[in-house]
Amino acid sequence: MVKIISETISDKPNGPVAAALLGGGIGAAVFGLITLFSELSESFGQALNWYNPVGPLSGKSILGIAAYFIAWAVLHSVWKGKEVNNFNSISTIALVLLAVGLLGTFPPVWHLFISE
Amino acid sequence: MEMTGREIWTVIHGMVFGFIFLLGFSGALYAVYALRPEWLSAEGMNRTINLTKAFVWGLAIAAWGAVISGTFIVYPWYRAAPPEGTADLSAYPRSLLLADPGTAEWHRFGMEWKEHVAFLAPMAATVVAFIVSYYGPTLAKKVGERRAVMIFFIVSFAAAAAAGMFGAFITKAAPVR
Repeated sequence: MVKIISETISDKPNGPVAAALLGGGIGAAVFGLITLFSELSESFGQALNWYNPVGPLSGKSILGIAAYFIAWAVLHSVWKGKEVNNFNSISTIALVLLAVGLLGTFPPVWHLFISE
Repeated sequence: MEMTGREIWTVIHGMVFGFIFLLGFSGALYAVYALRPEWLSAEGMNRTINLTKAFVWGLAIAAWGAVISGTFIVYPWYRAAPPEGTADLSAYPRSLLLADPGTAEWHRFGMEWKEHVAFLAPMAATVVAFIVSYYGPTLAKKVGERRAVMIFFIVSFAAAAAAGMFGAFITKAAPVR
C-alpha cells in the first residue's frame, strides 16, 4: 500500500530558510558592490590587496564571503525555530540582492559609472 | 603526454570541481523540481530526498573547491607580472592577452567577469543545499520556498557556466603552464 506523502510530512518553521535566502542575497550583494566600488576607486581597490599574488580579488573575496556567512549566521540566530509571516517579501528581497550581486560583477556595468 | 604542476591544478580547478558542478546541476535541479506531493509516494520521497541532499551538498562543495582553487592557486599564475624586458610572455597569460589588442578583451571582459561572478555560484549553491537539508520532505509542500530555491540554483549555475565558459576560452587563448 503506497502512502500519500502529504499525510506523512511534518511541517517545519520557515525562519531558517528565510535566513539562508536573505543571507545569501546579502553576501552576493556585498560582493557585487565591493567589486563595483573597487573598480570605481583605485585606492579602494588597492586597499583590498590583502595577498599580493591574488591582488585586490583577495580582499573582495574574503570580505564577500565573510559578509555572506555573518549575515546568514545573524539572521539564523534571530529566526531560528520561528515562522516568518512575510516570507514572500523576504524571498523577493533576497532575489533582488542576488541580482545586485550579478550586476556588480558584470564589467559593462562598471563602465556605466567610470568616466573614460 | 606530460602535465606540469600548474596544468594539473588548472585541471583540478576547471575539469574536476567546475565540471562536477556544471554536469551535476541539471540532475539536482530536476530532483528539487520533482519534490512534489502528487508525484511521489512516501517511500519514494524519503529515498529521493536523501539522494538529493547528498547531491546538492556535493555540488556546493565542488563550487567552493572551484572558486578557492581558482582564486588562490591558479589565478596568481595567470596574473603574475613578467620581469621587465621579458620578450616571451607565454608564461604570463594576463600580460600575453593584454599585449595584443586582438586578445586584450579576453582579459578585460572575460577574465574580469569570470573571476568575480564565479563567487556567486558557491554562495547560492550552499543556500540551496542548506534549505534542501533543513526541510527534507517538507520542501515538497512548500511551493514558494521551492521556487526560491530553484531560482537560487539557476543563478548559481548561470554564474558557474559563465565562469567555466570564459575559463575554457581564456585557457585556449593563453594557457597557464
